[in-house]
Amino acid sequence: MDIVKLTIDNKPLEVEKGTTVLKAARKAKIEIPTLCYFELDGMKIENKPGGCRVCVVEIAGRRNLAPACTTVCTEGMVVKTHSIRALNARRTVVELMLSDHPFDCLICAKSGNCELQTLAHKLGIREIHYQGAKSTYRKDTSPAIIRDIDKCILCRRCEMMCNDVQSVGALSGIYRGFNAVVAPAFEMNLEKSTCTYCGQCVSVCPTGALTEVDHSRNVINSLADPTKIVVVQTAPAVRAALGEEFGMEPGSLVTGKMVAALRRLGFNYVFDTDFAADLTIMEEGTELLDRLGKFLKGDKSVKLPILTSCCPGWVNFFEANFPEMRDIPSTAKSPQQMFGAIAKNYFAKKIGVDRKNMVVVSVMPCLAKKYECAREEFSVNGDPDVNYSISTRELADLIKLANIDFNSLPEEDFDRPLGESTGASVIFGTTGGVIEAAVRTAYEIHTGKTLNKVDFTELRGLENIRQASIDFNGVSINIGIAHGLGNARKLLEDIRAGKSKFHAIEIMACPGGCIGGGGQPYHHGNFEILKKRAAALYQEDAEKPLRKSHENPYIKQLYEEFLGKPMSEISHHLLHTHYFDKSAEIVVNE
Amino acid sequence: MATHKQLRIALRNCGVIDPEKITDYIERDGYSALAKVINELGTVRTIDLMKKSGLRGRGGGGFPTGLKWEIASKNYADQKYVVCNADEGDPGAFMDRSVLEGDPHSVIEAMAICGFSIGATKGLVYIRAEYPLAIERLKIAINQAREYGLLGKNIFGSDFDFDIELRYGAGAFVCGEETALIHSMEGKRGEPTVKPPFPAESGYLEKPTNVNNVETFANIPPIILKGAEWFASIGSEKSKGTKVFALAGKINNVGLIEVPMGTTLREVIYDIGGGIKDGKEFKAVQTGGPSGGCLTKKHLDTAIDYDNLIAAGSMMGSGGMVVMDEDDCMVSIAKFYLEFTVEESCGKCTPCRIGNKRLFEILEKITEGKGTMEDLDKLRNLSNTIKDTALCGLGQTSPNPVLSTMDNFMDEYLEHINEKRCRASQCKALTRYIIDAEQCTGCTICARNCPVNAIKGERKQPHTINQDICIKCGVCYEKCKFNAISVK
Ligand SMILES: Cc1cc2nc3c(=O)[nH]c(=O)nc-3n(C[C@H](O)[C@H](O)[C@H](O)COP(=O)(O)O)c2cc1C
Ligand code: SF4
Ligand code: SF4
Ligand code: SF4
Ligand code: SF4
Ligand code: SF4
Repeated sequence: MDIVKLTIDNKPLEVEKGTTVLKAARKAKIEIPTLCYFELDGMKIENKPGGCRVCVVEIAGRRNLAPACTTVCTEGMVVKTHSIRALNARRTVVELMLSDHPFDCLICAKSGNCELQTLAHKLGIREIHYQGAKSTYRKDTSPAIIRDIDKCILCRRCEMMCNDVQSVGALSGIYRGFNAVVAPAFEMNLEKSTCTYCGQCVSVCPTGALTEVDHSRNVINSLADPTKIVVVQTAPAVRAALGEEFGMEPGSLVTGKMVAALRRLGFNYVFDTDFAADLTIMEEGTELLDRLGKFLKGDKSVKLPILTSCCPGWVNFFEANFPEMRDIPSTAKSPQQMFGAIAKNYFAKKIGVDRKNMVVVSVMPCLAKKYECAREEFSVNGDPDVNYSISTRELADLIKLANIDFNSLPEEDFDRPLGESTGASVIFGTTGGVIEAAVRTAYEIHTGKTLNKVDFTELRGLENIRQASIDFNGVSINIGIAHGLGNARKLLEDIRAGKSKFHAIEIMACPGGCIGGGGQPYHHGNFEILKKRAAALYQEDAEKPLRKSHENPYIKQLYEEFLGKPMSEISHHLLHTHYFDKSAEIVVNE
Repeated sequence: MATHKQLRIALRNCGVIDPEKITDYIERDGYSALAKVINELGTVRTIDLMKKSGLRGRGGGGFPTGLKWEIASKNYADQKYVVCNADEGDPGAFMDRSVLEGDPHSVIEAMAICGFSIGATKGLVYIRAEYPLAIERLKIAINQAREYGLLGKNIFGSDFDFDIELRYGAGAFVCGEETALIHSMEGKRGEPTVKPPFPAESGYLEKPTNVNNVETFANIPPIILKGAEWFASIGSEKSKGTKVFALAGKINNVGLIEVPMGTTLREVIYDIGGGIKDGKEFKAVQTGGPSGGCLTKKHLDTAIDYDNLIAAGSMMGSGGMVVMDEDDCMVSIAKFYLEFTVEESCGKCTPCRIGNKRLFEILEKITEGKGTMEDLDKLRNLSNTIKDTALCGLGQTSPNPVLSTMDNFMDEYLEHINEKRCRASQCKALTRYIIDAEQCTGCTICARNCPVNAIKGERKQPHTINQDICIKCGVCYEKCKFNAISVK
């Protein structure tokens, strides 16, 4: 390892050759402000276009200031991070940004969480010396994401997420000079682009340029409407992250407090999407076994690998990019939609409520779910199975709005019947969890034996693409796992080329799976936070008395009372879906 | 145009040979430099010769060409590229076009020499699509070179293969910046990226890539043939050889010239350019293209080379030279150049994207007579910050026209601000048409022609112009037969 010696702010330092000034300074606990720079440490991806120029520092002997994020340390380098020259430049640069920015802080969705706002405050900017024209653009509201790109500072983070991580390519730099901005090609609406609504761009945007569509107003109105029975479901990943919004350590499990908070917000029934996740396993696992059985018997009409279908971001991705392969994903609906279908067709009847008077709200780590619940095929006569989907962040805002002291809430339990769940469903929230849950159930159904060891640690982790073979009584089942759509694309291209050796593949659109979803509290690229959230879910799984979906007594009851058996006709009608070729609706980039 | 004091190396064949005939080029020693390099010198001695010649890049940066080649030659890769930068985005510049139209083979030969020296087998010419004749001639020349075995496989019987393809630019100025040019060739957005990595390390398709300018290439065959010492004997201490300039503006002889480095501005403007048009007084010369600086009388005896021009607050750029006379308003000139940079900024970095726009707005305010003394501080501070923080050469130099006019023509800025006066009468908002009552005969022709009825007066009585209504179209001034109307 080659070592380079330099001094930063009079501190002598030794760093590995190739280290940037920014990283060297951070190592020495010297803080250099940044704005466009963004590091996804777990994926070894860095966004450093060197565009904002906020991190400029003075380097002895150099003609101009140097951006710390991209300048590599050299032997004997003398760096001043806070010289008057650097400070003035930094301040002027931020003043310039503000001079072309709407002053919306009072009503901006990002206020309080905005990196530009924080930076302006930190640099003590009280006056903007350079006023002038502002660049303005059309506001674009899609079913899941709002683009208010008057607030775009061209950090390019969203572009990095959408292109380098997700391989979707919906966003790129367009126009030139003062009008340059990041947007879909030809500044068309996101809805007309290849966007999957995964929300990863939203999760990294430093400003209010990209935010989620706010459904929380609708939720408040429903709660206030005495004629409505309002039912809420919460996705597994929410409980592992919500606490962060209330100052808790990442990885704090707040299931009980979350339930208590939802009751205090006035929901009539507080249920768990995990229940529907168990149901998903019943349907998807059966479908897997069905296809596998036929395949092993030599039936050529059966397509393998089977792909999971519980992530709507992923569904949008293949509908737009691989429509010709839309017959290989499982037809099972996502847990959110299974829940909605069961709530409005089974539970509503059970409690004697007309489905029109029932409002189903979901709390999701996800922005794609906002789009999913609005899909036409998930409505009955204009009444959607799931009315509104709010993100983890929106729930936190609601709790704060209602002045609920979250931290001192008691731990409460979900309502029954749609609140009971097994450990298998909890781990749906992290990459690898769905397939692990499916294996637990499929194994027992297929072999008729009881699994002694339910923890398939070989399926866990945050590596980009993972694979494992599980022995099903002598048959080796090859499993692939991808999180992040860029990784998914690789597996799909293998399938298309006939090179895939997998029988089943789990795909989650977001890096880390739903724990890293576009609606989660901002993790700022820190994968340690994702790891802690995943650990929390595995912990809840381990602590559950029941850990296999088919053991859920209320699931059994549901099949006995209503559905019959997995993949029955009524299951097909309510719990399965079909996919569309969306490639034609998209205006192709370039 | 006066030819004494000129020396043609890059332009040696332009206008002399038929550019569509390879035989013409070969007759004038064409491709013998390539033969010499392949058969006699080898890579190390060629690069050494290039280094000793002292040739520096003519695309504006002035980076030593031999050194650049050496770096590219030492970076190991399965594929390397030679790129010829023929984007030539400076308004009014046409040196590269002239070389490509008049002597395309010299560039092809030099690219092959470069390919041989650095170990590249592929050459790419990035040329703006607005140069159809140059493109046509290049295509003809490439095909002829292939027919003659001077491009293709086993050139001169050696194991050296080299071929050239064309890539077309859409005409964005910033795409002439080498990293932006490479991204544009790769089909990506034409915007610069931070250096390092330099193209010589990671360029086209992330392979080591040597980018040189057209004129740089055109110099190379004679250097190889006549030797490093010959070339190094021409020019000034740190800038060797000649430079082609496009003379323009208020000068008698406009057009392309090629002079040894070290020639003074005075020699160029007066001896070669024939002095200022209509016997007017010289005011300034702007060198270096849109982000060069405006030099003044006190710089006339400056010997032109890379370092002197930078020291004077301007730069060599690609060789634009615009001469201004007493009728030019220097604040407007600065504004004009800023307008160009604002148009051409790629928008990637904050200081250039927003800062230049703000500079332009302040200049606009001053030319409209609304400027304040505080604006002058803002101009200077902002200019310095932009230079200090912008990502690429465009932003790092774009404030030069502002800073150099502030340094050399502050009195004009002050007049605009304090006296609301433009001495060159170029700033419309500040000009006033005034009728001299002594001269006015009351013929009424001005009043009848004023499109906004700003002129009042009885027949045979002196007329007056209502300044609040006047739109400064100047019609009255042109119509008056008695010279009674003046511009202030
Ligand atoms: C904004 C900008 C525009 C440029 N335009 C050109 C150009 O049109 N032609 C050119 O040869 N070099 C241009 N350059 C310089 C190139 O980046 C590069 O330095 C040059 O092509 C290298 O060749 P040379 O060493 O032979 O000069 C430009 C640089 C900047 C910053
Ligand atoms: S994006 Fe940030 S700075 Fe801009 S209005 Fe919103 S909170 Fe304020
Ligand atoms: S939501 Fe996902 S796919 Fe859509 S633009 Fe953002 S990152 Fe790209
Ligand atoms: S939309 Fe947001 S993330 Fe994207 S470039 Fe603009 S500020 Fe950055
Ligand atoms: S991984 Fe989870 S959060 Fe992300 S799009 Fe899919 S379902 Fe939504
Ligand atoms: S200085 Fe201007 S042209 Fe260069 S990268 Fe920045 S915005 Fe683009």
